[in-house]
Amino acid sequence: MEFPSGLLYTKDHEWAQPGADDTVTIGITDHAQEALGEVVYVELPKIGRELKEHETFGVVESIKAVSDLFCPAAGKVIDINSAVTSDPALVNSSAYKDGWLIRLKLANKDALKDMMDAQKYSAFVQSLK
Amino acid sequence: MAKRTALYDEHVKLKGKLVEFGGWDMPVQYSGLADEHDTCRTKVGLFDVSHMGEVRVRGREALAFLNRLVTNNVEKIQDNQAQYTAMCFEEGGCVDDLIIHRIGAEDFLICVNASNTEKDYEWIKNHSPKGVSVENVSPEYTQIAVQGRFAQEILQKLTDTPLSDIKYYWFRQGRVLGKEAFIARTGYTGEDGFEIYVPWHSGPAIWCALLEEGQKHGIKACGLGARDTLRTEMKFPLYGHEIEKELNPLEAGLGWVVKLDKPDFIGKKALMALKEAGLKRSLVGLRSLGKAIPRPGYVLESSGTPVGVVTSGTLSPCLKVGIAIAYVDRSLNAIGTKLDVVVRDQRVPHEIVETPFYKRPY
Repeated sequence: MEFPSGLLYTKDHEWAQPGADDTVTIGITDHAQEALGEVVYVELPKIGRELKEHETFGVVESIKAVSDLFCPAAGKVIDINSAVTSDPALVNSSAYKDGWLIRLKLANKDALKDMMDAQKYSAFVQSLK
Repeated sequence: MAKRTALYDEHVKLKGKLVEFGGWDMPVQYSGLADEHDTCRTKVGLFDVSHMGEVRVRGREALAFLNRLVTNNVEKIQDNQAQYTAMCFEEGGCVDDLIIHRIGAEDFLICVNASNTEKDYEWIKNHSPKGVSVENVSPEYTQIAVQGRFAQEILQKLTDTPLSDIKYYWFRQGRVLGKEAFIARTGYTGEDGFEIYVPWHSGPAIWCALLEEGQKHGIKACGLGARDTLRTEMKFPLYGHEIEKELNPLEAGLGWVVKLDKPDFIGKKALMALKEAGLKRSLVGLRSLGKAIPRPGYVLESSGTPVGVVTSGTLSPCLKVGIAIAYVDRSLNAIGTKLDVVVRDQRVPHEIVETPFYKRPY
């Protein structure tokens, strides 16, 4: 299982990659996609929606399970990955790259400071086993 | 702690993902749900169903007793024949659904749902008359289901019992890999196949032999996930979803196993009264016309008015669309009726369709 070092992670198994101008790209981790199994449906918010920290912003579903997506930080949705809504399996095959879910403009600059780095998240995942 | 079947170590070896179900640690999937489902539909699937319970009912009055206990007419089956039935409370709700195997007029083996084993055993025992013995024999059996078009060919390699002589819902006592077994042509997948009841400790050897014999046909172990999507595509009811204490077999579409014309049985009065008053709901099959997947508990609406609820829902691995089993108001049960399923904050159009959703091509 892979946890790239440049990313930040939550206990809900989402990752965030900070970009320019207080933007951040969000997806679910390798651990999350593996636990869920084959992803067959992804529902994402509309562009422009304001999300609060920890708000549900969509779902990923396998054949049998529905899993809510929780927003790691407050912000406004500036882009969504329409490739994953038409090809949900991207979440399995490329959780950190082609399977990204949404892009946010953060409500405040230090909104990501409570997230875990790869090392901490890896230890967290281990502790769940 | 959850119980383990005799095949637990085999599931671990096959890297099965284990979850608790009905008090048992069971594999929910191995290679992947969609792959297992597809393998069962196109080749053959192997299922550990040892979590299912078995109750043996014996004695001179056994037949008469069972006929008072369940909704179907047990007198209609012969030795070596099996029968699907509901078992009801006096109020008409379901204790469980069962398969009764008639070994002889005074000897029956009943297969019950895993989560209901204790409850069913107590219910049967508490209603049994003197001279009828009721025994929970679940710990004695490993139950394995071999399901799919190559099931007979594969199982035949392990037994002398001529399997082609066993018709659907019939069984034989024979030997599998030299061990005493009940071999029944039954299943919960919609495919041809067998459910075999073998001595608990011989489970692993027989499981491994079936995997080996089935190799050239592409056999795969299948978990509870595939078992559930396979039965949902057939609209086979599952206790806790389509049937339960508050749900009666008539509205659950099980009228064909409720024989109101036979002498008294538990629940008969209540079921007759229900029928006379007019049934309120129907259990129907729905197909999603959108992309969202219907799930158990989601509400059905007609023009914004709640008219029913989904009891089972999944993406159909065969049809690649969302399918649901749902209760709807009886006035809206016609094939072709369009209804909305409320999925989170959206209303997703669905259509009532013929069931089963899937029909096997052979």
